[in-house]
Amino acid sequence: MKSVPDTNAALLQMRGVSKSYGGRKILDRIDLDVAAREKVAIIGPSGSGKTTILRVAIGLVRPDEGTIRIDGAYLWHAETQAGLKPAGERHARKVRRAVGIVFQQFNLFPHMTAIENVREPLVHALGLARGESDARAADLLTQVGLTDHLAKYPAQLSGGQQQRVAIARSLALRPKIMLFDEVTSALDPELVGEVLRVVRELAHASDMSMLIVTHEMAFAADIADRVLMFDQGQIVEEGAPAQVLKAPQNPRTQKFLRALLER
Amino acid sequence: MSGFHWDWAFAWSIVPALAQGVVVTVIATAGGSALAFVLGLIWTFVRVAQIRIVTPAVWFFVQFIRGTPLLIQLYFLFYVLPTWGLSVSAFATGVIGLGLFFSAYTAEIYRAGIEDLPPGQWEAALTLGLPVRRAWTGIILPQAIHAVLPMLGNIVVSMFKQTALLSTITVLELLASGMAIGQMTYRFVEPLTLVGAFYFVVSYLSARALRSLETRDEVRA
Amino acid sequence: MTSPKFLWDFLPFFLAGIPVTLEIAFLAMAVALPVAVILAIGRKSPHAFVRWPAGFVIEFFRGSSALVQLFWAFYVLPLLGLSLPPLVCGVLVLGLNEGSYMSEIVRAGLEAVPRGQREAAVALGLPARYRLFRIILPQALPLMVPPFGNELITMLKFTALVSLVTIQDLSFRATLIGDTLGESGPIFGLTIVVYFILALILSGLVRLLEWAVARWAGRHVTAVAAPHGAMLAAAPPSRVPAWALGGAG
Repeated sequence: MKSVPDTNAALLQMRGVSKSYGGRKILDRIDLDVAAREKVAIIGPSGSGKTTILRVAIGLVRPDEGTIRIDGAYLWHAETQAGLKPAGERHARKVRRAVGIVFQQFNLFPHMTAIENVREPLVHALGLARGESDARAADLLTQVGLTDHLAKYPAQLSGGQQQRVAIARSLALRPKIMLFDEVTSALDPELVGEVLRVVRELAHASDMSMLIVTHEMAFAADIADRVLMFDQGQIVEEGAPAQVLKAPQNPRTQKFLRALLER
Repeated sequence: MSGFHWDWAFAWSIVPALAQGVVVTVIATAGGSALAFVLGLIWTFVRVAQIRIVTPAVWFFVQFIRGTPLLIQLYFLFYVLPTWGLSVSAFATGVIGLGLFFSAYTAEIYRAGIEDLPPGQWEAALTLGLPVRRAWTGIILPQAIHAVLPMLGNIVVSMFKQTALLSTITVLELLASGMAIGQMTYRFVEPLTLVGAFYFVVSYLSARALRSLETRDEVRA
Repeated sequence: MTSPKFLWDFLPFFLAGIPVTLEIAFLAMAVALPVAVILAIGRKSPHAFVRWPAGFVIEFFRGSSALVQLFWAFYVLPLLGLSLPPLVCGVLVLGLNEGSYMSEIVRAGLEAVPRGQREAAVALGLPARYRLFRIILPQALPLMVPPFGNELITMLKFTALVSLVTIQDLSFRATLIGDTLGESGPIFGLTIVVYFILALILSGLVRLLEWAVARWAGRHVTAVAAPHGAMLAAAPPSRVPAWALGGAG
């Protein structure tokens, strides 16, 4: 099933992406596009491939088949005069810059303070000097509402605060598209709101595209331009939130949403 | 039963001589430990860098060191190093031998510490565009080493006990001091018992301290 | 300058040390195993007057230098009235020393047996001794074999120490040959190689034993997961991602 909007210049363009683990097909010839400034939500049961598609998008996982283009450049292929040739990690590194990701488990560096975490990509990926990286990092942390927590270690922060640091950290490289991998699933319920608020602000305030895997249906309905339903490695339904979430056509989508509501 | 009486006066009188041995023991432990920590990191680096020829050679060398007696390694170094033009003192030879032997263990400890880190740390480093070197030096190694500090502490304690072997290559550490006193005075009981007691007390207390550090770390985490 | 001819002459004498070394290693192991089991069980005893001595023995032998213990047994015990032949000294000290370390392995193995086993045995009214020896231990044993195998190699390395109390093992003979030849480098180099080969052979035998025990455990003992496959396989796949390694990158 294709999921390609009308605009031509898609920021993220996946064609025919497949991935298997131990004989099981996790992704089955996925075509997926995210346009500039577009916010796309992905829903689906576990094992449906929704986490893997994000990891493929940022190049943590190399697909068995298919191509991925980020801002025009191929992630795993070099464009030569003789056509496309498979490329390695070094090439992927450059292309990967335009993509950011926020993980479900935060993955903060526990031996660094909040501001040191955010500074890390600024200093070592962008090569910024101390003064400027400090200023920018402080800025980003203020943006996510953590001005008073710059010098705290992750162990001293709540789950919601840690995830906000993680968001600030991923924003440091100013990616053109940001991936969110169930960023609130590991949080206690009362902390979910503060993180969703930050993501919502990002959605409204910035030009960044977003690809958001989530269980929070109300949230998805609120900020997504398009919703994709994944099941068993395929996109089984796509469309506007009002349609997919409120009036789904596909029986698998209906079953999934019904099960969620009954919780 | 022979009529043996513990001579407290004698025991007291040999303490200064034994104390000199203690100093040598402590310095040897410190030197050997430092060398073992550094060498272990070097072996780990070589393993990770996957250099042609060098990496398998180093791996084999490390296995070799682990699988053979420290005593023979010390003998070997003691007799062979001078013929290679390295005229170092017996003490230095001993420290090198200890450092080399235990580096095989620290390398394994570092490896375990690195493997124990959550994969998410690697993923964060990659997706934040960190260069490989920075991922190792800034993210992975600091955490790995911090995590295995108790095990490294155990290495120091083991090394402390093994310094006794240096007595066989003419280093006048604690055991050698005790034996020297025994051979001079024909009284072995007091010196060797004091020596044994000293090793035991220090090792035991250190091991206890390390264990309490471990649990304190766990409670905090 | 080595005179290869002279070294060659001493070879039979040198190699005759191999059986001595192995004999000591196995004898000491034979002492260490029951010591380990006794200490581990003693450690878990509900009676403090059993627990504390067991704990003390373990701490004492682990906490002091094996060489010091050996010298003490060899030089001091006779002066206190107990004159043990060198072989007994060596085997006892090594056995007690290793046994104390190995009691940790036994403890871990016993604890790995699911609690339900003990509870079921208690519920069935089986006496404690029967419970321990016929129910718990047989299930713990397969898990303990691989670490015990490692300790056998450690023991092999330990045996070199007995050369210092006049036992004519490989190390003793090497020292003697070195002194006679006036040049010790080559003989000690050879000695290291021989120990390494012995260690490899013993490791191979231990692997076979692991495999055999795992098969026996798989067939007769089902409560504890049969420890085959995973243990015999190579090290688990490394978590270090390919991009972080050198080589082609």
